[in-house]
Amino acid sequence: MTAASTTQGARRAESSFVRVARYTGVRLIAVLVTVVVGVYLTILIANMGGYVDEIRMGQIREAVGLMAGANPDLPFMSDEERIAYVEQLVAIEVERLGMDRPFLLRSFTYLANALTLNFGRAEQLISDSGSRLVRLIIIERLPSTLYLFATGQLLLFGSAILLALYLSQRYGSWLDRLVVALAPTSAAPGWFYGIFLILIFAGILRLLPFGGMVDTPPPADRLQYALSLLKHLILPISAILMGALWQTTYFWRTFFLIYSREDYVEMARAKGLPPHLVERRYILRPTLPAIVTSFALQLISMWMGAIVLETVFRWPGIGQLFFRAIGSYDTPVLLGIVVTYAYLLAVTVLVLEIVYAILDPRVRIEGRKAEA
Amino acid sequence: MRALLARAQELRRYPSAILGLAMICTLVILAVYAMATMPYREAVRLWQGGEGVWDENPRLAKPSWFNAFRKVKLPPTIVVDSAGRPETKQRIEFEEEGEADVLITLAFDYQYDVFPKELAVYLTANFEKVAPFASFIWRTPDGREFPMTSTSVRTRDSYRISQDRKLQAELGGRQPEIGLLAADPWAETPVPLKGRHELIVDGIVFEPGSDLDARLVVYGQVHGIAGTDHLRRDITVALLWGTPIALCFGLLAAVGSMSTTMVLAATGSWYGRWVDGLLQRLNELVMILPMLPILVMVGTLYSRSIWLMLGLIILLSIFGGALRIYRAMFLQTREAPYIEAARAYGAGNLRIIFLYLIPRIIPVLVPQFVSLIPTFVFLEATLSLLGLGDPTIPTWGKVLNDASQNGALFMGHYYWVLAPSLLLIFTGLGFAMLGFALDRVFNPRLREQ
Repeated sequence: MTAASTTQGARRAESSFVRVARYTGVRLIAVLVTVVVGVYLTILIANMGGYVDEIRMGQIREAVGLMAGANPDLPFMSDEERIAYVEQLVAIEVERLGMDRPFLLRSFTYLANALTLNFGRAEQLISDSGSRLVRLIIIERLPSTLYLFATGQLLLFGSAILLALYLSQRYGSWLDRLVVALAPTSAAPGWFYGIFLILIFAGILRLLPFGGMVDTPPPADRLQYALSLLKHLILPISAILMGALWQTTYFWRTFFLIYSREDYVEMARAKGLPPHLVERRYILRPTLPAIVTSFALQLISMWMGAIVLETVFRWPGIGQLFFRAIGSYDTPVLLGIVVTYAYLLAVTVLVLEIVYAILDPRVRIEGRKAEA
Repeated sequence: MRALLARAQELRRYPSAILGLAMICTLVILAVYAMATMPYREAVRLWQGGEGVWDENPRLAKPSWFNAFRKVKLPPTIVVDSAGRPETKQRIEFEEEGEADVLITLAFDYQYDVFPKELAVYLTANFEKVAPFASFIWRTPDGREFPMTSTSVRTRDSYRISQDRKLQAELGGRQPEIGLLAADPWAETPVPLKGRHELIVDGIVFEPGSDLDARLVVYGQVHGIAGTDHLRRDITVALLWGTPIALCFGLLAAVGSMSTTMVLAATGSWYGRWVDGLLQRLNELVMILPMLPILVMVGTLYSRSIWLMLGLIILLSIFGGALRIYRAMFLQTREAPYIEAARAYGAGNLRIIFLYLIPRIIPVLVPQFVSLIPTFVFLEATLSLLGLGDPTIPTWGKVLNDASQNGALFMGHYYWVLAPSLLLIFTGLGFAMLGFALDRVFNPRLREQ
């Protein structure tokens, strides 16, 4: 009996890795297919069935007009020659930008390029280091977005979970009631509180900067630079926290409260286990898959929120770049950013699936059944 | 139905629900008031502005109620018109046929410690061939006189005193509205001279029936309930009309997305197999489509119409986490005995989906529905803030957008940002508070003591 159960246990341990790997593999393929379709849809939307092409043709004609005007021979040409010359220049430009092929064909070229992160050259925008490569322009902006939102989300999630755990043990205390009362304030998004924070701390008190990531000009000293970064981080982070902390805490507090009334928790308490052990082993552990799921979903919404928050705080990240690209109808940059977003979301979803597979015993033991 | 009513009764125990409901009612009343007092077309016309709509409003004036909290009172706009007031006009006929001197004296009593924002004179003249000619003189209460410009007057004309650079130079570089009203324009910090200031328009008309009228506008520092923006528009218009638009937008988006999600989830879980599989794959697909960037892209490249945005938002929010949750609910419900019974007596698929499955989970979703409304209200504000609001319609988000575009926070025009923000948070809190209370009543996951 005992021997049989150990061998079975060993086989289970052995195969659970395989199961997790198979599960992850299947999910990986599904997510990849999703990314391909999603990116293609984005390309279709970005082109609006050729609407962008019209704008680009207009831009080409304008640029060609200027170019032809600069030609010193132009005044000596006859009218027909002049028209022919301009048409020739337009044709060269159209061919250079690949506009002569039908949209459907071009859309697949766009797709292949986008999927390999080969976004080509920007039409108007230039990166701060002077490059026209869309990939470089985006990569240049990525760290500042990550810096702000990774800090913000980790802080938000960590503090919400800890506070919720604390509150669930002190159900009905004044702090608990305060959080319940404050929860509806999360109906407003972070940028909304950002405006108020700027108003109070930058506008009236003049304590903190209105926006941006570092002082202008950036301090040369490393320590000063880091301090300046921190100073500019305070308001956006507070805005993120104000927009979500109370509701997130409220949600988890209720969640933990439900779990802490389970019989096995009561049992652990009755055994006389110290409270922190009860919290960790009997409340946190079984709820971990749910916590991870919600963290990933929060990350997804964070990528979206980045655009507005960066605009409000003039943060030099991807969100701001997106606006400049839109303002100048720079399709390659636009597409590059949306595809980057799609990839980021897909990676988030995939990491979630993997972590979920590792954490959730149902996946480990029963394989694909957990999907249902 | 009776169960719903019983639960509504239970709501009374939650003060936050009562408060939330009261806030929503206030908003609805405000929306009805806006629609009743100002037709939609009128609101759009006012908000688009244009020639002659907002001419007499000061730029960036604070709300009037600011004065109640200030020791030093700010002046409102003062308008003195000669039309219909013969006592302000003197007509002296010349010897030549038809020529006359029209002397208009526009006097006003200034009793404020703060200077006005601007000065301007609007003129109307009627003549057939030869336009009248007018010269302007400013007379202060202590009898000093400042001759200003002289000009021939078109049928409708204006003289913006504050933009008269020559006058400004004569006043030692002071802005005319300060220099003319100051007790001593050359003082370090000039203070306004209280008393009766006069603008004298000395006009000469050259035809028998020809006449001249003038309207002096002393632009104040305060205006209306909500102040004005950089285009002299009265912000009250946008605040009032923003209410029905926000409520309508939030409600339509919430109803549209939620009901579609519900129908899709019910259909998927009822039919199962490939229908369900397809819906789930589609859901995963849409979940990785970045919603806001797509909205922004469509707004920039295609159209900013609020209805297109609404449709797109509904389309994109149908899918997502909610569909998964509803599906799980329906999967549980479809195993219930009453569904089996319905099947046994031969109910069709559609009948089961629409009459048995969906009604079953509606009560559970009422709180979510209420909490969903402000999300969409804020989404509209977000789009407007990013400059993608419908260009014709006044909304709260657009006021915020104008304010942030014009550096309202930096320049200290806090009223411009605060009024629409407060309305937004009022809406958000109202619905959220009701939603939270409803959630506790309808879904008692926790038996609260």
